[in-house]
Amino acid sequence: MSERSHDGGVLLSPPASPDEGLAAAELAAKYGLAVSGARPSLGEYVRQLWGRRHFILAFSSAKLTAQYSQARLGQLWQVATPLLNAGVYFMIFGLILGADRGMSKGVYIPFLVTGIFVFTFTQSSVMSGVRAISGNLGLVRALHFPRAALPVSFAFQQLQQLLYSMIVLVVIVVGFGSYPDASWALAVPVLALQFLFNMGLALIFARAGAKTPDLAQLMPFVMRTWMYASGVMFSIRVMLEGKPQWISDVLQWNPAAVYMDLMRFALIEGYGSENLPPHVWAVGAGWAVLFAVGGFVYFWQAEERYGRG
Amino acid sequence: MAEPSVEPRVPTVIADDVHIVYRVNGAKTGRGSATAALSRMLRRGSGEADRGVRKVHAVRGVSFVAHRGEAIGLIGSNGSGKSTLLRAIAGLLPPESGKVYTDGQPSLLGVNAALMTDLTGERNVILGGLAMGMSREQVKERYQDIVDFSGINDKGDFITLPMRTYSSGMSARLRFSIAAAKDHDVLMIDEALATGDAKFQKRSEERIRELRKEAGTVFLVSHSNKSIRDTCDRVLWLERGELRMDGPTDEVLREYEKFTGR
Repeated sequence: MSERSHDGGVLLSPPASPDEGLAAAELAAKYGLAVSGARPSLGEYVRQLWGRRHFILAFSSAKLTAQYSQARLGQLWQVATPLLNAGVYFMIFGLILGADRGMSKGVYIPFLVTGIFVFTFTQSSVMSGVRAISGNLGLVRALHFPRAALPVSFAFQQLQQLLYSMIVLVVIVVGFGSYPDASWALAVPVLALQFLFNMGLALIFARAGAKTPDLAQLMPFVMRTWMYASGVMFSIRVMLEGKPQWISDVLQWNPAAVYMDLMRFALIEGYGSENLPPHVWAVGAGWAVLFAVGGFVYFWQAEERYGRG
Repeated sequence: MAEPSVEPRVPTVIADDVHIVYRVNGAKTGRGSATAALSRMLRRGSGEADRGVRKVHAVRGVSFVAHRGEAIGLIGSNGSGKSTLLRAIAGLLPPESGKVYTDGQPSLLGVNAALMTDLTGERNVILGGLAMGMSREQVKERYQDIVDFSGINDKGDFITLPMRTYSSGMSARLRFSIAAAKDHDVLMIDEALATGDAKFQKRSEERIRELRKEAGTVFLVSHSNKSIRDTCDRVLWLERGELRMDGPTDEVLREYEKFTGR
């Protein structure tokens, strides 16, 4: 910190000024000036972010709307895209490869589609998180707001996208003979937990992506590996039949698998609690809290550095 | 220190030896070819220069104190660091070294980046207002003023069309109207605001004067010596990122005009 006081036109005022001879920091302290762009305390940061809640929601739904505004079918694509997605996976894994080992068609199709939609929710949250800061530098450099508003807003955008997918999912699940019952209510806490987890991931990757934009190229491969390891198209339990129980427990405790299994358990009639690893709700809640809190603090720690060229 | 007998001049912005450096990835060789990128990665040494990161030193050690009630013009040739310095004062671009102290939150008059051309003008007004930190109620309250001021609806119901369908003049007008809708403590205005036809230019100049009255301190970046002379009482002259001169408008502009050969 420089201690210069009156060179280079720092003080232009006539020499009679009582502030003559004060260093910049002392002058700032005297008149209660704060360092511009300094990182606020964590509590203050949360308060600022809460103050921007309307912006966060407006920004996320604006992004969602803008996505399909050039298409002729417009917002219909919100529903058509997940439907087509489900169709492709059904054709490949259901009809051609027959990955439905140990499950009837009536269970496997909803099983597969639920897995795809739930995993896509996490996957797209990560991918939009990576670009949340690095892809919006113009915004970051033009306006003042807590930067966490961007990744959080993108996570909300993905949540809204998922809600459209859920419409398709409900149609498919009902079409294969699972009718709404009390256990469907469990879908709400599952989504809430997964949303918290995704938001934490988006915050973590927003900071990482701001520092290393190359992650945007790398992450699709990481996410695809994660998807194949999490039992989106097959049941981990059935695949590891005969192996020690704890191996499949550990695999099933990975957050993506936990939220997928919980959602399947909630919606699909033939998918009972015997398919769930022990303590699954505690694990799901644990991941959500750990990532949401940890991700938020991690993102906040670099707050004053976002937007540096 | 004796108590000041006259009204003391209250500082609102203090810049203390501010340096700002941009980093550009992979610009070292001028080409972004794959082999060049690979050889950069393989090269020994982890210094930034070795990894092909090029540094652009945009602002070099600028110091000044701005006081309440001042209107300060920033002049200098293209690329001299004027806009960068404004962003640093606003706290949007963190300085490499040195510090900027401010009273309250300085705001840059500009909202372009938050707007989405695929959305209707209507939604952009709301989005832009929220992005600038207005509350939902404030946005609702000023919505009609913003639309009326922009004059977008003078020729039909354009506000409900996507912004990509607007002419460049129309969208510039809407952008200015949104940006100028908020009151600011320390206000910074970048050039190229006076867009649109003569009628709208007049209206926006009036609005800038109004904003000046409400704001404590105003910074204006402009290449028009006339508009600097009209609005500012003090001028900072930046050249190659350095503060070349700082003083009363007439003095600095005289030197600047000599420098630019007029």
